[in-house]
Amino acid sequence: MKISFPHMGISYIAFKHLLEELGYEVIVPPNPTKRTLTYGVKYAPEFACMPFKILLGNYIEVLEKGAEILITSGGVGPCRAGLYGVVHEKILKDIGYEFSMIVLEPPLENFRDFSKRVLVLKQKGIRWTSFLHEVKNAWMKLKLLDKVEQTVNKVRARELNKGQTTKVFNEVLKMIDEARSREEIFKVQKEAIDLLNSVPQDFSREPLKVGIIGEIYVVLEPHVNFDIERFLGERDVYVDRSIYITDYVRFAVWDKKGEDHIKKAAQPYLKQMIGGHGIQSVGETVLYALNGYDGVIQLAPFTCIPEIVSKSILAKVSRDLDIPVLTINIDEQTGEAGVQTRLEAFIDLIKQKKYAKEHAKEKEKGRLYESVYGY
Amino acid sequence: MKAYMGIDVGSVSTVLVLIDEDNNVLSKVYIRTSGEPIKAVQRGLKLLAEGVDIDNIEVAGVGTTGSARYLSAVIVGADVVKNEITAHAVAASNLVPDVQTIIEIGGQDSKLIILRNGIVVDFAMNTVCAAGTGSFLDQQAARLNIPIEEFGAYALRSKNPVRIAGRCSVFAETDMIHKQQMGHKIEDLIAGLCSALVRNYINNVGKGKEILPPVVFQGGVAANIGIKKAFEEELGTEVIVPEHYALMGAIGAAIIAKNECRSGKTNFRGFAVSDMNFSVSSFECTECPNLCEVINIMKEDSILCRWGGKCGKWENIEHDLQEVLL
Repeated sequence: MKISFPHMGISYIAFKHLLEELGYEVIVPPNPTKRTLTYGVKYAPEFACMPFKILLGNYIEVLEKGAEILITSGGVGPCRAGLYGVVHEKILKDIGYEFSMIVLEPPLENFRDFSKRVLVLKQKGIRWTSFLHEVKNAWMKLKLLDKVEQTVNKVRARELNKGQTTKVFNEVLKMIDEARSREEIFKVQKEAIDLLNSVPQDFSREPLKVGIIGEIYVVLEPHVNFDIERFLGERDVYVDRSIYITDYVRFAVWDKKGEDHIKKAAQPYLKQMIGGHGIQSVGETVLYALNGYDGVIQLAPFTCIPEIVSKSILAKVSRDLDIPVLTINIDEQTGEAGVQTRLEAFIDLIKQKKYAKEHAKEKEKGRLYESVYGY
Repeated sequence: MKAYMGIDVGSVSTVLVLIDEDNNVLSKVYIRTSGEPIKAVQRGLKLLAEGVDIDNIEVAGVGTTGSARYLSAVIVGADVVKNEITAHAVAASNLVPDVQTIIEIGGQDSKLIILRNGIVVDFAMNTVCAAGTGSFLDQQAARLNIPIEEFGAYALRSKNPVRIAGRCSVFAETDMIHKQQMGHKIEDLIAGLCSALVRNYINNVGKGKEILPPVVFQGGVAANIGIKKAFEEELGTEVIVPEHYALMGAIGAAIIAKNECRSGKTNFRGFAVSDMNFSVSSFECTECPNLCEVINIMKEDSILCRWGGKCGKWENIEHDLQEVLL
């Protein structure tokens, strides 16, 4: 059976591993490109958000390649993304594609439903022990991928040769993809991180620190968010992403209390779930401010209600805790040049702010500006 | 004597300035970009050189800004490339050291920059609509057959401004035509348009940001005294329009270049650039479905640089170029 799933950052490497080892022919979803968006925009309602359109386009791309089963995630709460799986299925079947769709709802809501749907994936002839073994292998890969991305951000902010980290990053992804057995995965775990750390870095430099918050899909998918982590990293900014896929899976599957510290941080501003990652965006911003970050960038799909609500609240958080926040709305109309200008200006802003803080004594109004660029 | 050059190539106009060590403007050029940024920069350089005693000037640093900042940096050999927001902030705070708000309205975008204690703490750019920017005013002036320079003066003559819907430039025009056909006077229409655009700016760009005096108003649209007056009425405070309001981006870029080039080294190719033969060619990369349009910038017969690709493989033909751009 040919099986596929939506593209979300580099997580496809782990999902591909799992499904291949479970005996499926996996159609790897292509990176979201203009073609993906063109398909998505053509068949999606105009007011649907960017993740809806990208996913829809991505499904069409894999269905064209012959996928028979699509796996996706559901969701809970007021964010409409929870219904996307069902709506996508309807639209695609209306177009005339034949396939079956497995929508995985968060197991903490209904464990029986979740396990029933997961077990559909176990084909006859695959032993229970190897089923669980491969689930664990895939999980190990997923965790490794997150760690790789974190290491990349750390290294890139200090790299001596611009672009080298990204090059090594791509090599590392290939290594992880090729590791199949448990032993190989263990081996690549160490090798991957060592290889990234071997990129020549300038340790005398203290990079600016920026946290990225917002809706999970646009945060995780570099092809949609203008590769923001790389853009900032290559301008000597250390980027910390608030969401990683293993955290998301963990919070949804067994660790219900895992996000409590984030929700608690949001408490003074927002006390209830507003769907999506709304409350997390507020809480994470508070935490970034408390942890001495220089700024926060919020990525929001245009028309995303949870992020719109949190954006208005973030204005107050930003004032209270003295942390600059830049919101970037993303949809098919978003111009890359505009985003670039804003990001560059934002980097300048936090750079000046940090400089002013460090040189508070020698402050001479107006002159400060010039001196920031002198060195 | 040493001088520093600032180049601001925007959607509508191209501005070049030369400043001295004390940030005084020695020479300035303000021309239309007319869709050809490279030619505009070349022509601008020629005019800039004509404006000063060129033999006594040593260009010790060049900065570029504006939407064609990377392109113009490659053409002239710039030492620093800065975004418009920072460039405008540097120029304004240099002129009015305690400035807290900068309103900048250019050809196609409008910005609001908030400063506190001399540093930028917040900024915004128009996202959804270009209503109220220079292009729209240009278009309306042409439609009413009034020279754009006199547009503001008309507004000041109005005693009973008409209320015009300023949410969107298309609707604003429709509404203006409607009011005009009902028989309102032209100066009342123009005054109404000015205040509609200011309201639109405060709502769409300002979005609840705290606008405190001193307020500096710059960019091409600052020439319009009708808009200036509408801002003063809306904000209830004096609005300062600097002498070189239309050159502020370029002045900012020049000041930044001055600080960048303290070591005394510059990449400037010299005024001869205006006689060199630059050309551009483009091709569509078909190696992935992104179908990026990659652009080659050529000097004489050699490729100077390349950009436009998403994956970055086309850009990496020249390393020191990368350094200039980053």
